[in-house]
Order: sequence, then structure tokens, then C-alpha cells
Amino acid sequence: MDALDLARWQFGVTTVYHFLFVPLTIGLGVFVAGLQTAWYRTGKEHYLTLTKFFGKLFLINFAMGVVTGIVQEFQFGMNWSEYSIFVGDVFGAPLALEALLAFFLESTFLGLWIFGWDKLPKKLHLATIWAAVIGSNLSAYFILAANAWMKHPVGYEVVDGKARMTDLWAVLTNSTALAQVPHVVAGSFVVAGGFVLAVAGYRILRERNATGLIPRRKDFADVTAPMRREVDMWRAALRGALVMTAIAGAIVALTGDMSGQLLHTQQPMKLAAAEGLRHDTAGAPFSPVPGIEIPNMLSLLSAHDPNAVVQGIDDIQQRLVAQFGPGDYVPNLPIVYLSFRVMIVFGLATVGLAFLGLFLTRGRGRRARPVPTWFARLCVLALPLPIAAIISGWLLSEIGRQPWTVQGELLTAASVSPGVSLTEVAISLGLFTLVYGVLTVAEAILLIRHVKAGPDEPMPAVVSDDTERRVPTLMY
Amino acid sequence: MTTFWFIVIAFLWTGYFVLEGFDFGVGALMPVLARGEAERRQVLRTIGPVWDGNEVWLITAIGAMFAAFPAWYAGFLSQFYLAAVMVVLALIVRGVGLEWRGKVRARETPLVDAAIVTGSVLPAFLWGAIFGNVLFASAFATVMGGLLSLGLALVHGAVFVALKTKGPVRARARELAWVAGVVLVPVVAFALWRLDAWPAYVAMATYAAGVALVWGGREGWAFACTAVTIVATTAATFLALHPEPLPGLTVESAASAPYTLTILTWIGLIALPGVIAYQAWTYWVFRRRLTAPEVLLESRSA
Repeated sequence: MDALDLARWQFGVTTVYHFLFVPLTIGLGVFVAGLQTAWYRTGKEHYLTLTKFFGKLFLINFAMGVVTGIVQEFQFGMNWSEYSIFVGDVFGAPLALEALLAFFLESTFLGLWIFGWDKLPKKLHLATIWAAVIGSNLSAYFILAANAWMKHPVGYEVVDGKARMTDLWAVLTNSTALAQVPHVVAGSFVVAGGFVLAVAGYRILRERNATGLIPRRKDFADVTAPMRREVDMWRAALRGALVMTAIAGAIVALTGDMSGQLLHTQQPMKLAAAEGLRHDTAGAPFSPVPGIEIPNMLSLLSAHDPNAVVQGIDDIQQRLVAQFGPGDYVPNLPIVYLSFRVMIVFGLATVGLAFLGLFLTRGRGRRARPVPTWFARLCVLALPLPIAAIISGWLLSEIGRQPWTVQGELLTAASVSPGVSLTEVAISLGLFTLVYGVLTVAEAILLIRHVKAGPDEPMPAVVSDDTERRVPTLMY
Repeated sequence: MTTFWFIVIAFLWTGYFVLEGFDFGVGALMPVLARGEAERRQVLRTIGPVWDGNEVWLITAIGAMFAAFPAWYAGFLSQFYLAAVMVVLALIVRGVGLEWRGKVRARETPLVDAAIVTGSVLPAFLWGAIFGNVLFASAFATVMGGLLSLGLALVHGAVFVALKTKGPVRARARELAWVAGVVLVPVVAFALWRLDAWPAYVAMATYAAGVALVWGGREGWAFACTAVTIVATTAATFLALHPEPLPGLTVESAASAPYTLTILTWIGLIALPGVIAYQAWTYWVFRRRLTAPEVLLESRSA
């Protein structure tokens, strides 16, 4: 164990945590902005209730995304000074742009949104949340463009042992970035969609429990009108999340396909490692789960040609040794293999859930089908799926790139800060792991508490003679 | 071009210290200035809508250093490794504390308040300590630098609270600002004298004026003076850092190639005025002085 190993652990730990919160921020922000827009357009009170309710959950999570992001901005210089010096000319530019064009927008306008409810005209206030979420999404673009450059460096030359940017436009329109940005952003919408599904599903179960609707009845024809409106509110949230997840899921699949093809030409080792393919193979098979093999599928997926040759790990290793000298150029195979499958299976399961839900709850107005109780339960149980999928995708992407920080240019072992001691990295790794762990548990507790408590404002529709029917004691 | 970018970096750090300076001061002084929950909320509400945007000045300064002077960025953060870890951890607990304070249970707020206070005091001290160490490379200078930045943040923050509130909090903030200002005179005078550049003497003068003005009840002008004090102190620091921002490293050798610097210049020239404009507008929207009862009643997403 040396400073390099710990620095890698630190980067892994802090980045995976960061990646727990940020996708939710990106997707949920747009969802909240959408709810507020619906309220602005229709004036229906329940949209405002939902805006404030999901807005609160959004803010609890937003804080963690922001503060874990500060670490990322510092970390390259702290642990990876050789990397920073090598890439700064190219990699620093999108980071500076991210701060200047995206973070200022996001943070400033979110402050206006939180505190501006009774200070700004309705329309302007609505604009502030949109400005903030545009900032969040823009930041995803810049940081992912920087990350894509590490996998497929373009628009640069190496002068005096440092990368020097020759074409910013090439860096920002890197084919890898153009596939990766929509893939990750849409993936973030799936995560947020899964989150809203779980929350809305929980609230629907809860309202039904309160009325004694479960398990005696299958539909809620007998439910009193106010109660029904309340369930309708969560049905609307659930439907919105279903639409968001389904659309975003389709984009994830499409751009995942694009990324797969780019791997074939740009990062053959990652592709081979993801499949565990040992040798160059024409018509390579794909095994969705170990033991089952679909012939020619990998060639078809990665090259859109069932007979295409997919390079194998051992053969690529030999070629890389010939090109770069002795060394181990193979990433951690079990992790890459496993994360590839978790990403695909869990991701598709979430999208499948969304399409199923859209079918089950089809219909409008009086024909609107209620959310089946079992489906609401399924939504709650499915919460970990999209999160596991997006984290796995990130592990595949980053661990699959090893042993390079910049593919073909700079090895991870050569990127670490030479002057930083094992002790220093151990202290910071320990502290970050501890603080992140504690705060993540705290965030989970806060989210659960607020989901359980439900919206702050009493819904106007609920205030009626039937209030006695839903005495809180029944709910606990 | 490298000199121009050095000035840009100095400008971004200046923006950060002026804006986050009062955020730190407000966070650190909250338990002293406020009696009871309503007043605590009143004090924190003065920075509520703006602190996050203010912190982005740091992210931008660090990002711009990375892009324009990679070797400076890398050397700065890897040499002050543990200090940087502490700063970041402090900013984490403070940020989370400020965002979550309105969302936790009453019995948990003391814990959140402790996070806010620690998370404000620590970075306010550490930034000055780090720059003091870069410039003079002695333990004494490190402590003095830290005391200077912490002291300026406290006075600046107290003046800000006095400017933004009404009622007993305002009176307490005003009194604390001038008392702390007078107490800190030896530290501030000595540290600025050691910086020994003309902006440092400007800082001395505006500091004295700021303390006098807040004593006299002219809070707006006092705030302008403490802000100029921080601007001038940062300017003096960066003058001393030029042309060797780290021992053995010149600005010239640390800089990115002209192509990158030119592009960044254009983007910065277009974007930064916009940023300053909308941040200024935020302060305009929230320009009114706050009272404790109205803070309790206002509608917000928190």
C-alpha cells in the first residue's frame, strides 16, 4: 500500500459519493422546475404543493452535491499534481468554464429561488429555478467533456512533456463527450425519476393505508372526494416521473449504444474487459449474465456488424507492450465485467418499470386508471436500481480506463503528487470517508423524515368534514 | 498575457475574500450576535440567499488557476495538503449546515450551529495562514496571517449584520464590530505593515475608517470601508506573490500556453460581467433590512 493506492481510493470514494448526489440534483431540479411551471400555467394548487415538497427534498440533496463538488475541484491539485501539470492547459479550461458559466448561474439563482417566493413576481421566480437547473445541466456538460478528454484526448499536442491545447472546439465537441454527456445526463433523469417514483409510491401507499383502502379494496371508487384528490396529486407526480424516466431511459439506451461503438474504436481494452473477451474474435458473443451467451451480439452491439472483429484483452495487452513498453495495461477485470452488467440490467429494469407504469396508469380524466397498490410498492422497492446502475456505469467508465489517467498519454502511476506522503493521504482519506459517510446517512435520514411527514401546507381539498377519517394515529 | 492572468486570479481571490469574508464572519458570530432561535435565523438569513453564490468565487479562482497556471494550482494544493483538507472539510460541514438548518429538528440545531461556526472560523483562519506561510515561510507569519484573515472576516461580518438587520441584533452587531475592530488593531496593523506594499497602507487607512464609521452608526460606509480593506489586503498579498507565487516557481513557468490563455480571456470577458450583474441584482432583491419576526414568517423553500 503506498500513497498512490490511497490517492486512488480517495478519488474513488469521494467521486462515487459525489456521483450519488449530483445525478439526483440534475434530474430532480428539472422535475421541480417542471412542477412549478405546471403550477404557473394551470394555477392548480396541488402543483404548488408538489413543487414545495419535492423542492425541499431537492434542496436537502443539493447541499451534498455542492459540498462534495468542492473536494473534486481541489483534489486534482492535492493528490494528482503531476496529472494537473500535464493536463492543466487542456483539462483546466472546461473546469474554469464550468465554474464561470455553470456554477455561478446555479448557485446564485437557486439562492434567489429559495428566498424569492414573496419577493419576486411569479414569472421571474419561475425563471430563477430554470436558470439554476440550466446551470446544473451545463456543469454536467463541461465536466463530462473534460472527463471524455481523458478517455479520448483530442485537440492537443504534447510539448515539453505537457499537453497543450490546440483546439478548444475539438475538446468541447469530442465524439466521446457528445455520446457521454447525453448518456450521463439522461441517466441522471432516470435516477431522479426512480427517486420520485419511490416517493410518490410511498405517499400513495400511505394515503391508502390511512383510509383503510389496503388491503380490503382494489380500487378506490368509494374513497371520499378529498381523499381522492390527494391520491390524485401523488398520481400526478408519479405519472410525471414515469414520463420522465421513460423518455430519459430511451435516450440512455440510444446513447449507450453510441458509447459502445466509440469504445470499439477508442477504448478497445475497456470493451474487451467489460465482456471478459480474451482474444481478438470475429463475431464476438455477449453474455448478459455469466453462463448465457448470445452469439455475435457483442460484435453487433459495438460495431453494428455481427461478424466484426472485437479485440481481446490478451492481444491488446501484447500490442500495448509493443507500443508503450513493458507494463500491465489490463484494468481490474472483475469490477469492469460486473459493473457493465449491473449498469445494463438495473438500468433497463428501471426503464422497464417506467413503461409498465405508463401502461398501468393510462387514461385521462374520468378514465384515468388508478395506480395499482402492488405497483406503488414496486416503485418503492425499485429505488436502489437506478442508483446502482449509474454508479456502476461510472465505475465501468473510470476503472475501465486504468491504468491510464489520460488514455495512451499518461499513466495513473505517473499522475500522483510526488511530494505528498502516505500519512497525509491516509489522514485525508480517513477524514473524507468518515465525514462523507456520516453526512450521507444524515441526508438519508432527512429525506426519509420529510417524505414521511409529507407536504407542509395542508391541502385545501383535505379540509372538509372527512378530516376525522384520516386521524394521524392511523398512519403510524 | 501571463501577468494579465495573474491579475485575473488575484481578482477572483479578491472577490472570494470580500464576499465570503462576511459570510465567514456572520457564521462565526451567529451565536454571539443572536439571542434565541428567531434572532439566530435572522442573522443567518442575512447571508442565506447569497453565500453559495459567493463560494463559487473560490471554485472559479481555483478552476482558473488550474487552467491558467497548472503548476501553481498543483503546487499550491499539494504543498498545503492538510490545510487544504481542513479548508474543504470545513466548507463541507458549513455548507451542509447552512442548507439543512431549516430542515432538522429543534434539538438538532445546536449541532448544525456548531458545524456552521466551526466551518466559518476554520477556513477564515486557514486561508490567511496559508498565504502567510507562502510569503514568509515561518510559523509566526502563518499564525499572524491566519489571525489577520480571521479578524478581518469577523469585523467585516459584524458590519454586514449591522447593515442588514433591525432591532437588537443590529445594535449588538454594531457594538461588536467596533469593539472587535479596536481590539484587533495591533494584529491588523502589524500584519499589514509586514506585507509592506502600498495597498497594505490603503488597507490600514480604510480599516481605521471602517471601525470609526461603524462606531458612528454609518453602517453602509463602514461596510464599504471593510470591503476595501479586504480588497487592498488581497492586492498587497498578490503583489508580494508576483512573480513567484510559490517558492521556486515563477508565474511565467507555471503558465498555460498563449492559445488557452487567449480563449479563457475572451470567455471570461464575456461571462464575468454577466455574473457580477446577476449577483449584484441578487443583493438588490434582498436589499431590505431584516427583523426577526419577519424572517420567521417569510415564505421560502426550506
